[in-house]
Amino acid sequence: MKGNEALAEAAIRTGVDAFFGYPITPQSEVLEYLLQEDAQKRTGMVVLQTESETASINMVYGAACAGRRAMTSSSSPGISLMSEGISYLAGAELPGVIVNVARGGPGLGTIQPAQSDYFQATKAPGHGDFRQLVLAPASVQEMADFIPLAFDLAFKYRNPVMILSDGVIGQMMEKVYLPEPRPRMTEFPEWATIGKKPGKERKRITSLNLIPLEHEKHNQKLQAKYRQMEAEEIRYEEYLCQDAEYIMVAYGASARIASRAVEMARAKGIRVGLFRPVTLFPFPAPQIEALSLRVKGFLSIEMSAGQMIEDIRLAVGKNQRVEHFGRYGGLVHVPEEILEAFERFYMEPHGH
Amino acid sequence: MDIKDIIRPENRVYKKSDLLYDTTFNFCPGCGHGTIVRLIAEVVQEMGIEHEVIGISPIGCSVLLYDFFRFDVINASHGRAAAAATALKRVMPDRYIFSYQGDGDIAAIGTSETIHTCNRGENITIFFINNAIYGMTGGQMAPTTLTGMKTSTTPGGRLTQESGFPLHFTEMLASLDGTYYATRQAVHTPAAVRKAKKAIRLSLENQKLERGTSVVEFVSNCNSGWRMEPVASNQWMEEHMFPVFPLGDIKCEGKLIQRS
Repeated sequence: MKGNEALAEAAIRTGVDAFFGYPITPQSEVLEYLLQEDAQKRTGMVVLQTESETASINMVYGAACAGRRAMTSSSSPGISLMSEGISYLAGAELPGVIVNVARGGPGLGTIQPAQSDYFQATKAPGHGDFRQLVLAPASVQEMADFIPLAFDLAFKYRNPVMILSDGVIGQMMEKVYLPEPRPRMTEFPEWATIGKKPGKERKRITSLNLIPLEHEKHNQKLQAKYRQMEAEEIRYEEYLCQDAEYIMVAYGASARIASRAVEMARAKGIRVGLFRPVTLFPFPAPQIEALSLRVKGFLSIEMSAGQMIEDIRLAVGKNQRVEHFGRYGGLVHVPEEILEAFERFYMEPHGH
Repeated sequence: MDIKDIIRPENRVYKKSDLLYDTTFNFCPGCGHGTIVRLIAEVVQEMGIEHEVIGISPIGCSVLLYDFFRFDVINASHGRAAAAATALKRVMPDRYIFSYQGDGDIAAIGTSETIHTCNRGENITIFFINNAIYGMTGGQMAPTTLTGMKTSTTPGGRLTQESGFPLHFTEMLASLDGTYYATRQAVHTPAAVRKAKKAIRLSLENQKLERGTSVVEFVSNCNSGWRMEPVASNQWMEEHMFPVFPLGDIKCEGKLIQRS
């Protein structure tokens, strides 16, 4: 199955209540699959092709107000249009899942894969002091697995969760074990606006608070959630890191390619390991910091001009060298050029 | 006779709706918003649907709607109430969903969402309050600002060659096949209030027919933004707003009304 299709099928199987999407390459298969598979008939899931990504995210907001599992998917330019809505979800403390099958930018950029939305996803998905959880799948299997995970996290924290994929993972085909079907929810959270219950107070959902002291408190509450995410939700994978002298750090498609470069280096007798952040926020900084105490250097591999490298440098501090390699603007690096870059940085006597 | 002898149940001719909190509206004294909010509360109460209704407040003067109504209300981002309403209705088709939006919210920034919501014929109700100005931000030009009308951003009066024409948004929405009911009302006189209340009720009852979107526009005054006394603003509204935005039904039961 294609990554995009596996993600869509997982959404049906895990009882997602609503999907709102606007066509954009390279993720249009998600919307197509849900409509061609008649998700509405299979589970009662609402699937709607919207007039814009702005409408999509605000429909996610509306369905989330009703306590439903609602999601949208798009690619980079469309995600930019959703920024305001993601910020509203965070401000109003609503759960929602946003999938970004990223492509190269800036602007219309290209329809080819890229990882140049790392800053946007992890640092500034919208205005205001907020964070969203970011999951980075590196396989078709994870495209499927991360749907239920994303919703569990979104509801646990009442916060937007982004699945930050890329055109490679979205478009490639692999074998996949699909999740066991789970029924759609029949009971909804106590905060949901589904009609005032007799004898109970009405519910209101808003991100507005005009009283600064109260709004500061609200922000402090949000910050406490983000600290809890950092304490409880870090996910990562290590490959040959045990005895490694050097660590390549890569997520998503880049991690797949880098794992081959690691094997090629090992074949040459160079002890390199791969560290793959699975959550980009919270970033596995403590784990990378621990590695920095015993290795000689890091190489961040991203299909961007170097964005995640800033988080690695923050984690590593002055302990170790951190270098970046990556093709970008829609190009995908090959293992050979990763190894070449690594050797240039770390194996040559005055390598830089 | 003591006042207590007068305040007795049998003498009561009017009572504030139980679905309004005992709080002060944030609207300026004299503004039509308060009357429209009250009418919606009364209709929801009379229909007995307070457990089945979810309202959506916009960004603008009526953003705090959720503090007035004693039923569920959410706030949508600027202009996107129709999108949020679409989703609420799609996941809860048995609920009554309405949005309450000003002219800037619905007819400027929310144009796309509103048109497509009506075009899909979502079974929701849209209340559109048209006072030809951005009230909350201090009186800037709105899409519905009249030609020649002075606002803080049209200090010499709206020039059509600069800023275009007053937008007849409800007529635009009525022209869409998905729109089932469109009407333009006002709340400046007792007779107008009674008519408006009937339109509100019909627009909500329509949701059960599942025949499409209902739109109720209220031409309303903004005495603060227009820099007028309340009574004068209502007179000005009759003289200047009504000729451009004539009151009455625009589309009923899915059919456009021919107007002379």
